[in-house]
Amino acid sequence: MSLRNPFRSPSSRGTPRVSRWGDRIFLILTLLATAAVAALMVALVVVLVYGSRATIQAYGFSFLTNRVWNPESNIYTIVPFAVGTLVTSAIALLIAIPLGIGAAIFLTQQAPGWLRAPVGQLIELLAAIPSIVYGFWGLIVIVPIMRDDVEPVLARYLGWTGLFGGNPIGLDVLTASLVLSVMAIPTITAISRDSIAAVPRSQKEAALSIGATDWEVTRRAVLPYARSGIIAGIVLGLGRALGETMAVTLVIGNNNVLPTSLFSQGQTIASLIANDFFEAASPNEVPALLEAALILLLITLAINLGARFILARFQAGRGVGAE
Amino acid sequence: MKFDRAARRKVFSNGMTVLTGLSIVAIMVPLVAVIYQVVSLGGPVFNVALFTQGIPYPCTPHPGVTCHQGGLVVPIEGTLLLMGLSALFSVPIGVGAAIFAVEFGGERRSARIIGLVADVLSGVPSIVVGAFVYALLVIYYPSIVFSTLSGSFALAVIMVPIVTRTCEEALRTVPNSVREAALALGISRWKVTLRIVLVSALPGIVTGILLSVARATGEAAPLLILLGNGCEHPLQGITQEGCALPLWIYEGATSPDQNLIALAWGAALLLLVLILVLSVVSRMTLDRMARRMRGE
Repeated sequence: MSLRNPFRSPSSRGTPRVSRWGDRIFLILTLLATAAVAALMVALVVVLVYGSRATIQAYGFSFLTNRVWNPESNIYTIVPFAVGTLVTSAIALLIAIPLGIGAAIFLTQQAPGWLRAPVGQLIELLAAIPSIVYGFWGLIVIVPIMRDDVEPVLARYLGWTGLFGGNPIGLDVLTASLVLSVMAIPTITAISRDSIAAVPRSQKEAALSIGATDWEVTRRAVLPYARSGIIAGIVLGLGRALGETMAVTLVIGNNNVLPTSLFSQGQTIASLIANDFFEAASPNEVPALLEAALILLLITLAINLGARFILARFQAGRGVGAE
Repeated sequence: MKFDRAARRKVFSNGMTVLTGLSIVAIMVPLVAVIYQVVSLGGPVFNVALFTQGIPYPCTPHPGVTCHQGGLVVPIEGTLLLMGLSALFSVPIGVGAAIFAVEFGGERRSARIIGLVADVLSGVPSIVVGAFVYALLVIYYPSIVFSTLSGSFALAVIMVPIVTRTCEEALRTVPNSVREAALALGISRWKVTLRIVLVSALPGIVTGILLSVARATGEAAPLLILLGNGCEHPLQGITQEGCALPLWIYEGATSPDQNLIALAWGAALLLLVLILVLSVVSRMTLDRMARRMRGE
């Protein structure tokens, strides 16, 4: 009895029990806050499922396969908006990936030291500008440029592909993708930059010592090492693009039909909810919009968990490699 | 032959350097263009009236008609109210969860799960948060669904993961020796946490709160669902329909009337200045902390 292991006794866990009640109340309070954060996550899914139960029951899988959204006839679907979301995000990434990674490479490999910090801060500023401001700018500045200068040229030379059919009015899927790419770039650049900066010097020096040029060092020694970090940055940028609302709402044209070309007025899931929610009047329209929100939530959850998984594996792998 | 190949590789390498440099330039173009546009169009309405008058009657100038510029008193009040309320709801939860994760969780799985939940929560689109708050309130409190209060709930949900994450990082920078020294003096754990650990981490925590406020201040999407139509008349109270700067930018941008569009640019400039000030102040707080840690 007297030979108790001091490390097992309650008082030796670092806590002299002077005021046990104070400690307990404090623990319970912080535990409650933690529970609230966790509950928030669960509640997001549960409440949206509950709110959309009317349409889940009434339409079932046809909500995911039907192609027409028409509140007057009580017909609802996610398809045109899911297509709009995927197409705009895909084109946005097509623009943002090379620019974002290129900028990250320049910032970490080539840029002189005095340039790195200020440019890094400017990219943070790019991420801090609210999306409604980008949307307003897109509507007033980019839409006329697209309508008058860019889209007629695209229609003339690339019209045969079928991607650029219809009358270019500027308010369309292509413009929305362009504005979205601006919003995805800071995420991709920042995370790629961090993972490239974390590549050990020895990797570069080994490549340099066998006579590699600057680009060969980057391409063969640095990028492969930073690959999973860059992929995670791209996936997070995709998550940002999929859920982006205000910038898209202002420039996509807000037409609730399946887009037929990049010049079509369309709608993403997020812009649909933003546009139609407050004025939703038909029965089942609000539940249908909540179901759309639920689907968007599940997509972004999957994407974010995927990105975290890639990052976690990357960090674990680097821990082993650093030995 | 051999020399040619080396020269080609060198040229290719330099070409890629130029391309990556150009991508930096390409990224800066929208930044410069947006700021130029906001300053040049928002500047002219940036006067005293902007802060003293209400939203004007919609009007487009034509011969014989002069339009009222109006001001942003209602959206400014609404945004300040939303900032205060959402911070009030989110800061205790975020800081509490971070304290639990760092001070009680340590390296345990529960601590890592909180970090993961916060990361995933911060990836949830803001429009989904708006729909969530609507769906939740409409069950229990249908009377406040469209109000400043419900808007601040949505902003609080957006802020919680940011506060949790940054506060967690700030608490982890406090060395364990500080905790051990205090505990060795016989001070109880909750007093050590509140009076010593939290105070040492305060600059980091303040930075996190300011950053989350800056992020929430610019959010328009959930407010589009939740605030209702409160911009045209003075604010009625937090359970009534409200207004905010980002929401007003949307309403002005989509209106056909020149004076409302001009006022929306004024709102955009004001919003940018507000967010810039918040991030500069948070950066200064961090710098001061760094200096203090170096012992200057």
